[in-house]
Amino acid sequence: MASELQSARKTETVFRTENLNIYYGDFLAVRDISIEIPKNKITAFIGPSGCGKSTVLRCFNRLNDLIKSFHLDGKLFYHDQDLYAPEIDPVEVRRQIGMVFQKPNPFPKSIYDNVAFGPRLLGYKGDMDELVERSLKQAALWDDIKDKLKAMGTDLSGGQQQRLCIARAIAVQPDVILMDEPCSALDPISTLKVEDLLQELKEKYTILIVTHNMQQASRASDRTAFFNVEANAKGQRTGYIVEYDRTEVIFQSPKEQATQAYVSGRFG
Amino acid sequence: MASPEFATALNMKRSSMSPRTLFSSVMTVITFVCAALALIPLVAVLSYVLINGASSFRLSVFTQLPPAPGLTGGGFGNALVGTFLTVGIASLLSIPFGVLAAIFLAEFYRDTKLAETINFLTNVLSGVPSIVIGAFAYAFVVLATGTFSAVAGGFALAVLMLPTIVRTATESLESVPRDFRQAAIGLGATRFQTTVQIVLPAAIPAIITGVMLALARAAGETAPILFTASTSRYWVRSVWEPTATMARLVFDFATAPYKSQQELAWVGSLVLVALVLVTSILSRWIVRKR
Repeated sequence: MASELQSARKTETVFRTENLNIYYGDFLAVRDISIEIPKNKITAFIGPSGCGKSTVLRCFNRLNDLIKSFHLDGKLFYHDQDLYAPEIDPVEVRRQIGMVFQKPNPFPKSIYDNVAFGPRLLGYKGDMDELVERSLKQAALWDDIKDKLKAMGTDLSGGQQQRLCIARAIAVQPDVILMDEPCSALDPISTLKVEDLLQELKEKYTILIVTHNMQQASRASDRTAFFNVEANAKGQRTGYIVEYDRTEVIFQSPKEQATQAYVSGRFG
Repeated sequence: MASPEFATALNMKRSSMSPRTLFSSVMTVITFVCAALALIPLVAVLSYVLINGASSFRLSVFTQLPPAPGLTGGGFGNALVGTFLTVGIASLLSIPFGVLAAIFLAEFYRDTKLAETINFLTNVLSGVPSIVIGAFAYAFVVLATGTFSAVAGGFALAVLMLPTIVRTATESLESVPRDFRQAAIGLGATRFQTTVQIVLPAAIPAIITGVMLALARAAGETAPILFTASTSRYWVRSVWEPTATMARLVFDFATAPYKSQQELAWVGSLVLVALVLVTSILSRWIVRKR
């Protein structure tokens, strides 16, 4: 299974969705998502609160499976594999597609054990010390903490914790990293550090990032999808993608009025 | 209060004779007195046990067998061993079942009808009088095996401890932040790996506290022990024979006509109280350390 998904990492389009509709029970949360996510690029999801950006993001590693009422229709392909096909094991999916959460959530374990957690799950046989060091270096955290690998991950500062979570995610050498507002709980300096880090990481990984911060999307991303939300007659709010294009197009010459209004700060 | 001059002459000075201040002072005194009254039984019991127990206390009580009726000296070494044995058996039975049940309730079947039902039944079980649990253990183990035994006593105490352990362990597991679970699952951990490697370690201190408190309570229980472990004047040789316990010894000797036995009952009470106290302090200390 793992090798099957691994060997499938060859196409230049990492994700492709076709008319994805996402439901919680009867409630249609997001509708008609048809996008392609290119390899080794940073793709940003922007839009007002409640427009389903995070919901869509969590479909890509099947984290929404944890919510009982969740279901979807339409298709979601990961390198030509249908991610929601019955024979796909969501646990294997999450080993290919890592995730960094809004609130830094290191385990109450040492820094070393935090990074080693994923590789140990996978039964990593190589040099663990080397892997931990490499992951921490890639996450630009190594110089901060190389003398205190035994310290608790939870004792680090917020920005360091988030970089630890990034190190933890890349330690399993995923194909894609999903980031759900990774900087919203960080101060401006830590935010810039993480953004710089993203530019380095995209050499090796495909990154999807949900952000509330439009400057962040325009600075850090290659492609941007603008989400909006619409209430139906029953007052249910359904999210959808208004426009998806190269980031400079979205921010400088968007085709849609709504996009123009949002990126120029007139609503949201 | 609402006097006609209220609007014109606003007096903001404190007056100890005003009805409002007087009422407040009286109520404060009443609550203080009630709080003090509530403490009296606790202080009285503890000091009474301490005075009576300490006056006859000697180290040999831990190593000697109870004296024959009428004789002096002796101790309750066998009952102390018996208490540890029955509580030990109870722990072996109740901790694995209780913690696994809690994992089932909190991690795998949270917010389902089944979990709600089991939670409800657990609460019912915790309200069953301990003498009834003793009767159940008597019918279930003593009659079936044909003998009073430490196993029968341990079984009764296990049933008694089970609801406490299930409830505290479920609460501890549920209080582990959802973020940890999501992080582990996001890294490709299975539900089981997440529970064992992340959630359980985070909840362990709180679970230990719950287990310790259940243990302390079980060690002092008399009713379910009366007709399950029964009692014995000899050292424990097997878990399948009548076994003396501290609680039963205090019960027997406190009502005995001989002074030396009554004295031993007081020392025994002191030891039981000390056991419970040490367990509670230990469990608090474990939690603080985190």
